[in-house]
Amino acid sequence: MDQLSGGEMLTRALHDEGVEIIFGYPGGAVLHIYDAIFHQDKVEHILVRHEQAATHAADGYARATGKPGVVLVTSGPGATNAITGIATAYMDSIPMIVISGQVESRMIGTDGFQETDMVGISRPVVKHSFMVQEAKDIPCIVKKAFHIATTGRPGPVVIDIPKDATDPKVKQTYEYPNEMKLRSYAVPTKGHSGQIKKAVDALLTAKRPMIYTGGGVIQGNGSEQLIELTRKLGFPITNTLMGLGAYPASDKQFLGMLGMHGTYEANMAMHYCDVLLCIGARFDDRVTNSDTSKFCPDATILHVDIDPASISKTVTADVPIVGSVAPVIEEMIDQIGKSDKKVDEQALEVWWNQIEQWREKDCLRVNPSAEGIIMPQDAVKAVFEITKGEAYVSSDVGQHQMFAAQYYGFDKPRRWINSGGLGTMGFGFPAAMGVQFAYPEATSVCITGEGSFLMNQQEFATCMQYQLPIKIICLNNEALGMVKQWQDMQYGGRHSHSTYSESLPDFTKLAEAYGHVGIKIEKADELYPKLEEAFAMKDKLVFVDVLVDPNEHVYPMAIKGGAMKDMVLSKTERT
Amino acid sequence: MRHIISVLMENEPGALSRVVGLFSQRNYNIDSLTVAPTEDQSLSRLTLTTSGDDARIEQITKHLNKIIDVVKLVDLTEGAHIERELMLIKVKAVGAQRAEVKRSVDIFRGSVVDLTANVFTIQLTGTGDKLDAFIAALGDNVVLEVARTGVSGISRGEKTLAL
Repeated sequence: MDQLSGGEMLTRALHDEGVEIIFGYPGGAVLHIYDAIFHQDKVEHILVRHEQAATHAADGYARATGKPGVVLVTSGPGATNAITGIATAYMDSIPMIVISGQVESRMIGTDGFQETDMVGISRPVVKHSFMVQEAKDIPCIVKKAFHIATTGRPGPVVIDIPKDATDPKVKQTYEYPNEMKLRSYAVPTKGHSGQIKKAVDALLTAKRPMIYTGGGVIQGNGSEQLIELTRKLGFPITNTLMGLGAYPASDKQFLGMLGMHGTYEANMAMHYCDVLLCIGARFDDRVTNSDTSKFCPDATILHVDIDPASISKTVTADVPIVGSVAPVIEEMIDQIGKSDKKVDEQALEVWWNQIEQWREKDCLRVNPSAEGIIMPQDAVKAVFEITKGEAYVSSDVGQHQMFAAQYYGFDKPRRWINSGGLGTMGFGFPAAMGVQFAYPEATSVCITGEGSFLMNQQEFATCMQYQLPIKIICLNNEALGMVKQWQDMQYGGRHSHSTYSESLPDFTKLAEAYGHVGIKIEKADELYPKLEEAFAMKDKLVFVDVLVDPNEHVYPMAIKGGAMKDMVLSKTERT
Repeated sequence: MRHIISVLMENEPGALSRVVGLFSQRNYNIDSLTVAPTEDQSLSRLTLTTSGDDARIEQITKHLNKIIDVVKLVDLTEGAHIERELMLIKVKAVGAQRAEVKRSVDIFRGSVVDLTANVFTIQLTGTGDKLDAFIAALGDNVVLEVARTGVSGISRGEKTLAL
């Protein structure tokens, strides 16, 4: 048995847990841990330039790989800076371990230098947290933390470690537990067969069925099963913002994203369906719109979710099924095969004819711009074509995020990396770093806006240090576009603090100042050639500053307080 | 409707704050709360009263169950149960009032546990309603201080909340 200090136990336990990479930033309370990191080569540490970026990078890594992201920060401001990233992961159910340093145990509660109650301040945004009392507990706590973070509905777990627990002078026997029991934590797996039967019966008697799936299918690795089920049934399907890629966007049964900026056909089909199968989604207000009493008025609602608390939280489920999506869908497929009922093909044909009529509206067609001006949608389409739809695309939050979701068709899960629940500006760039660390050979694109990008621009330095060839596509409209759009639509066009064109930096020079490449695209006819030039630079980070139409809005857009069928379709058209 | 929820949870630092935090975080109200270790030193039993319609109570119990430190819980009001609350109350008791107060204490089957020339300290156990009724019977101008434990409860019969 090895005799290790607390800091050594931590790095060893991370290695024993299969961790290859951690994202962090040193400071006083974690110096013992950093010294332990220095003395080993199993776990690679990535030095970011802000703790928030460490959490987003770990988050991007987790979303792209399905493995937990690991973060190491110091006490006090290191810990508080990590909070936004922890909350981001929490809202989107991303497995993450955040290790924070803490002042020495004897100092806790004395308002010591860089002391903050991390367990307390993170409590509402973590799945669970641990405060290490003694070094000898570290292996067991690490084991529990990874188990909790990665099973059931995943989420972030904080481990707060007082400095004295990592003292290099105190060595103890290290043994990593093979298994541990948590009597208070059971993970649901299979769904209840009787409930699944009820759902199957409803699906096979449906006249106007609809499948609506969310991030749970991606987190639960249920994409293959979902494709099989959907094709077997021949039903229309829509994905939430978090669920894009779970079902191939290029497939004819896919109606596009639903919700606030969902397609006309997806939202209409939701409103008029008679049986709604929801898998791994949570009837979020960006889907249902604010008044849930108007949501899917005729539908029998079948809800599959691993988290019982997500069921009947905002919309009451007629058939609730608690379980992991993959085994539940597998059993559904199995039961459909054995059922004496069959899909009502006639009714389905009528339903599809109706949907095709809605599709003909072509709600995502892009209006031609004035001479030479680049439409942001066209920029996303160009990125899609040049990357052949194969890139990992992270985004920030705002108009560019919606354009990316609408116009970059994801055919595979884990390719679309965005902060859907918390809506964290500044997420995209560090998340793209996490993706690039996970897959060094892949194309990692960050579609961003100039507002969001400025929130974590310091990571240019990290990308230079580790030579990350990320492609940043900045849809620069010289304004906080989504804020401005709402101000246009609901506040009489009063752009209160949403514009700043006179004070924007020269982004190409900014990129160059860090040693990267900057390309500016100002005219529509430069879009393809310059983007191709950017993507051809395989080993360089390229920041592409695309000046887009500053007056463009994201459509369709749900009408507040309306039903899903109520949408604004353009500046002049409503449903 | 009022519900009494009893929770068995790990007797660990931070467990209570997770439960209480859940209520403020999700805008659920807690009317009373009582917590103490059980015969198994590794477990605490927490009993709280809250109110809401069925959907709200269902969400509350689901979210409580999601807390990692929560081992098991029961909504006592779903079945036959016994609830008790203990109150220590200081009342003004001077002259003729002393006999009057003592009579009220006897009627409510309480006991006077401490006294001075001017003050009785009374101990009373029962349901929350009974304690409310006692305070009302004494009248506002007599009551000097009230210390109530909050509701504790247990189900009737052979059903138990245990591991």
